[in-house]
Amino acid sequence: MLELKDVCFSRDNKQILKNVNLKIDNNKMVVITGPNGSGKSTLAKIIMGIEKPDSGKIIFNGKDITNLSITDRAKTGIGFAFQQPVRFKGLTVKDLIEISAGNNIKVCDACDILADVGLCAQEYLNREVNAGLSGGELKRIEIAMLAAKKSALTIFDEPEAGIDLWSFNNLISVFEKMHEDIKGSIVIISHQERILNIADEIVLIANGRVEKQGKKEEILPQIFGKIKPCHKLNNGEACNKSEED
Amino acid sequence: MDKIEKELLKQIADIEEVPIGAYNIRENGKGVARNTTANIDIVTKKDKPGIDIIVKPNTKNESIHIPVVLTQGGLNDLVYNDFYIGENAEVVIVAGCGIHNSTCETSEHDGIHTFHLAKGAKIKYIEKHYGEGEGTGDRILNPQTIINLDENASMEMESVQIKGVSSTVRETYANMKKGSNLVITERIMTTGKQTAKTVFDVNLDGEDSSVHVASRSVAEDNSVQEFISNVKGNAKCFGHVECDAIIMGNGRVISDPKIEANNVDASLIHEAAIGKIAGEQLTKLMTLGLTEKEAEEQIINGFLK
Repeated sequence: MLELKDVCFSRDNKQILKNVNLKIDNNKMVVITGPNGSGKSTLAKIIMGIEKPDSGKIIFNGKDITNLSITDRAKTGIGFAFQQPVRFKGLTVKDLIEISAGNNIKVCDACDILADVGLCAQEYLNREVNAGLSGGELKRIEIAMLAAKKSALTIFDEPEAGIDLWSFNNLISVFEKMHEDIKGSIVIISHQERILNIADEIVLIANGRVEKQGKKEEILPQIFGKIKPCHKLNNGEACNKSEED
Repeated sequence: MDKIEKELLKQIADIEEVPIGAYNIRENGKGVARNTTANIDIVTKKDKPGIDIIVKPNTKNESIHIPVVLTQGGLNDLVYNDFYIGENAEVVIVAGCGIHNSTCETSEHDGIHTFHLAKGAKIKYIEKHYGEGEGTGDRILNPQTIINLDENASMEMESVQIKGVSSTVRETYANMKKGSNLVITERIMTTGKQTAKTVFDVNLDGEDSSVHVASRSVAEDNSVQEFISNVKGNAKCFGHVECDAIIMGNGRVISDPKIEANNVDASLIHEAAIGKIAGEQLTKLMTLGLTEKEAEEQIINGFLK
């Protein structure tokens, strides 16, 4: 489905991605993990077209999309949930879900999607996506937008950030339901062990390179020997340091 | 009424034929249609151009439409409309002016609307301004709204100018007594070389009176907008003014807020923000499949909705 070939990306004289080669197959749940600053978010932005690689190729469903715009990539079947969702003065939750679905969604289906992400449709559907919403609410709306978009490949950049612990299990089930409903591939950038646990495949990125990629059963034991999963440290506070640091 | 006039009416008052309830339609400086009801009277002024609209106390669920259309170039139409809303009456008033100018001469409408709301009266006032026409003549609208709210009266005012007005100076003055409440929502979009100036001057004189002014505007191309507000808290009261503007191209916006607390229990807030569309907003909508232009339109339409 998606293949990155020798993708390199530098900014401010710093090489962020170094000859990244990565394959993501159809209908897979893939979790990309790795230390902070390892290039995970940049990689996601490069797949979506928000950043352009200095060299290398991106192939999606057999087509070279390296030079396609963000819009064309979105239309061709790629979706991206931002790590920090954007606020819009004037646009409502309903507006954004409709845009995501290509203006082809019934109100009752939009309500179901909101319910899946733990938001009461009656309360949220007509609310503006502005500063009046909390970070957690915005994050859920962002996930709802991607559920409505139904892309062949959906990338979530740290979806758990800002989501409270009691909602975390719901978040996991949202990804599982999306995976089942859409029959597409889902790529999640995450440090959370519970998210790593729902993956078919895990990709470990370190220092701008793909260090490991394989089935969860193979990679997880290796990673836990290298990176301490967050929830085991400091009562869940973010910790992405590898033992080598 | 011809096709152009009907289209103008649709734009400013959302009506295609005669409206339901009380109405007075003014066309090229003259009243052309009127209807009154058992509770709402409309009387032509004798000393100057305009009408008095008198709503009996306790009138409920009735509406008044008073649209103005101008299709004649070179006309300067000045009108004084006074609204007397009886105690505890609750009505909706739809005003607005549409100009179609296909000449090289200036068309201008200056509507001076004065509202007298008696105790406990409640109104929703919707005012839309719109201009069109292939002529080079200017389309000018200078509305003035004077609001007098008696005790516990409340008014919600929606003022919209989306398209085609070359120049406008919009002034709103309000005097508010005990327990009265005023909510003003303004939406303005200017393009080309258009100019728009808005003035809000509010006196919160009565205890527990409150005002909320929310202005959202978009200035495109070489257009210029100015927002001036002065809210005076003369008693224990609450005032909130919010001015948001998006600038595009060489558009300019000047925001000149003033809040004046003349009583130790007055609580006044002013918020103003001017800027171009945030890049991340465009990017987000593009990741959902919109082109940059579609994303921009979506953001502007939402902002001015």
